[in-house]
Amino acid sequence: MAAPASPSIPFARNLREAGIAAAIAMALAIPFLGLRTVNLDQGLVVQANLRYVPLAGLVVFLGRLVLGLLAAPLRRAVAPLAGLKPPAGAQRLRPYGGPLLILAAAVLPFLPFANRYVIDLGTTALIYILLATGLNITVGLAGLLDLGFAAFYAIGAYTCALTTTQLHWGFWPALAAGGLASSLFAVLLSLPILRLRGDYLAIVTLGFGEITRIVILNWQSLTGGPNGVSGIARPTLFGLTFDRRAPEGGHTFAEMTGIAYAPEQRLIFLYLVILALTALAAYTVGRLRRLPIGRAWEALREDEIACRSLGINPTMVKVSAYATGALMGGLAGCVFAARQGFVSPESFGFMESATILAIVVLGGMGSQAGVIIAALFIVVLPELARSFADYRMLAFGLAMILIMIWKPGGLLSGRTPTITLSARKAKSMAEATS
Amino acid sequence: MSTEPLLDVQGLTMRFGGLLAVDHVDLTAERNRITALIGPNGAGKTTIFNCLTGFYKPTAGRLLLRHPVRGPIELQKLKGFGVARTGVVRTFQNIRLFPSMTVLENLLVAQHQALMPQSAFSFAGLLNLKGWRAAEDAAVETARDWLRRLDLLAVADEAAGNLSYGMQRRVEIARAMSTNPLLLCLDEPAAGLNPRETRALAELLVGIRVEHGIGILLIEHDMGLVMDISDRIFVVDHGARIAAGTPAEIRNDEGVIKAYLGEPDADEATTGTESP
Ligand SMILES: Nc1ncnc2c1ncn2[C@@H]1O[C@H](COP(=O)(O)OP(=O)(O)OP(=O)(O)O)[C@@H](O)[C@H]1O
Ligand SMILES: [Mg+2]
Repeated sequence: MAAPASPSIPFARNLREAGIAAAIAMALAIPFLGLRTVNLDQGLVVQANLRYVPLAGLVVFLGRLVLGLLAAPLRRAVAPLAGLKPPAGAQRLRPYGGPLLILAAAVLPFLPFANRYVIDLGTTALIYILLATGLNITVGLAGLLDLGFAAFYAIGAYTCALTTTQLHWGFWPALAAGGLASSLFAVLLSLPILRLRGDYLAIVTLGFGEITRIVILNWQSLTGGPNGVSGIARPTLFGLTFDRRAPEGGHTFAEMTGIAYAPEQRLIFLYLVILALTALAAYTVGRLRRLPIGRAWEALREDEIACRSLGINPTMVKVSAYATGALMGGLAGCVFAARQGFVSPESFGFMESATILAIVVLGGMGSQAGVIIAALFIVVLPELARSFADYRMLAFGLAMILIMIWKPGGLLSGRTPTITLSARKAKSMAEATS
Repeated sequence: MSTEPLLDVQGLTMRFGGLLAVDHVDLTAERNRITALIGPNGAGKTTIFNCLTGFYKPTAGRLLLRHPVRGPIELQKLKGFGVARTGVVRTFQNIRLFPSMTVLENLLVAQHQALMPQSAFSFAGLLNLKGWRAAEDAAVETARDWLRRLDLLAVADEAAGNLSYGMQRRVEIARAMSTNPLLLCLDEPAAGLNPRETRALAELLVGIRVEHGIGILLIEHDMGLVMDISDRIFVVDHGARIAAGTPAEIRNDEGVIKAYLGEPDADEATTGTESP
């Protein structure tokens, strides 16, 4: 029902489309609103109550009509924004953007307004940035759609949970194990699906995501099933814990540094850990893009047949993309597990995969800055709208639609070349003169 | 100028269900020489290329590459990317670039095979070690040379997909040459080029075959170009080889003329100089 962007759609046509939409809405409303099961003495009975059906039709009719009338002016209003370019000087500041951002994020927990809630929100946002940075490799760079990325997140989280609770490992070895396990799992998973493409790949990855969750849910003896795993080790700083009292034979951060104990210290430390991991991941991806492996990922997205004609083995390229993405997903899972102290299969459902994918798509495929902006948007916006409670998802959906109208390629859709000949020329000339 | 045999194709056959697209074709290509493969539309030329470069598994036949270092290699036993790694590199009839990557990036992707170990499978690259930087500089210089030769320096940092058709064809050739090939297989490189661009292409092909000591296998409908630069021509029609010889021999071959012009009583005569 997408109206073409002609400047003025005749009113009659808008009316007709609104009528069609209303008819569809009423047809859908009959089973959804009109029939309901009532628990009477003789058991469940279906009762017809068609009162709300015309109402649904009316709401949709008016809504569609207003949307139709507003679409053209709206599009015109946002059109100039799409052509917005950063000022010329911004290009030169670009290399400093990353470090500045990291610095700003690092001082955030020490600012006066940073209470428990702000730090917690920041940690969540950083976990999503790390997850989306990983998924961005598979989807944004290598062009392999993955609807089951939460599986890697789950593997990382459960590896961390099980190694710390069952094997009594500390957080740091568990973190490494989580990343590696997730990566290994990705290699095993990706081998059978390498021949698939597009829709088929999407469906199979969706399946893998769900299978992973269901296996975790049902492997009671190992994972505790729906009860999850609790008592996961918290991160330590050179062996120092952030507890009130030192564990047997250990020391706390407060004891050793003389800084008074405060419960926030643990949160701040965790926040800084995930910040460091995310910064490292973003830096690594930025560098990988400029290496043969990263260029091969992008080349694979562009044309797999051309890749083969140049002697590139697509299998290796795909496996490396999945494995590197999963590594970051696994690390994020570990941090998530250590932060909650508890994991259960509920946290790794399809909604999780969808959210991470939404961040990547919204941010503009392949763009690191886009991922950061989109992750903040997706994590923080629902929080800001918390007072509307029920309308949160509605506002969220509306915001998504607006962005897709405004920038169909994502917030930052332009691709930055990984190397330019002009920059090289300038560099070699500078070297010659110095 | 040595013209050692490079490629020896014997009895190449490719069947798609009931269709015999290539029927027992024999073919040879030598170093320092341009070998042309011509024939009417649908004759099976591209299919021969697809078999040769590992994109199709031939129904029958032997494709022997005499590799100067690795010795004789039977190409039909290799996978597509494996064939390219022996130095048999192709271009495509309907251009396959990496459109949103820049021209320079396209040429660097082509050097993936050499660069991957030089970046120590990314580890030296991640640490930005000196050895890796030198390797990358060398790769950029290789790319720069080819861009210069194909007159593409000015567009090196443009997205390949935004270039004109003629430029995209040149980028594809530059990209193939960046792999440092042994046998360059070009599928209709002059299609869509204007006469001036075609002349430049002819000069380029004649130049690189000697300078780089490579063999060139050329599918082309532009008879002027083929007759001008080919050392040897193979003609296929309906999947079968109907003639082989020097340009002068092919020009006067009755079978070839008939294949191109059709039987005298056919309703429509087509000339071979048109591109599809
Ligand atoms: N994958 C395939 N499946 C089935 N038939 C095919 C396939 N590839 C090619 N063919 C058929 O094989 C025959 C030869 O095609 P081919 O593309 O090799 O011709 P060509 O000589 O390159 O023609 P042109 O000059 O038009 O490029 C055609 O009849 C074509 O339809
Ligand atoms: Mg063809």
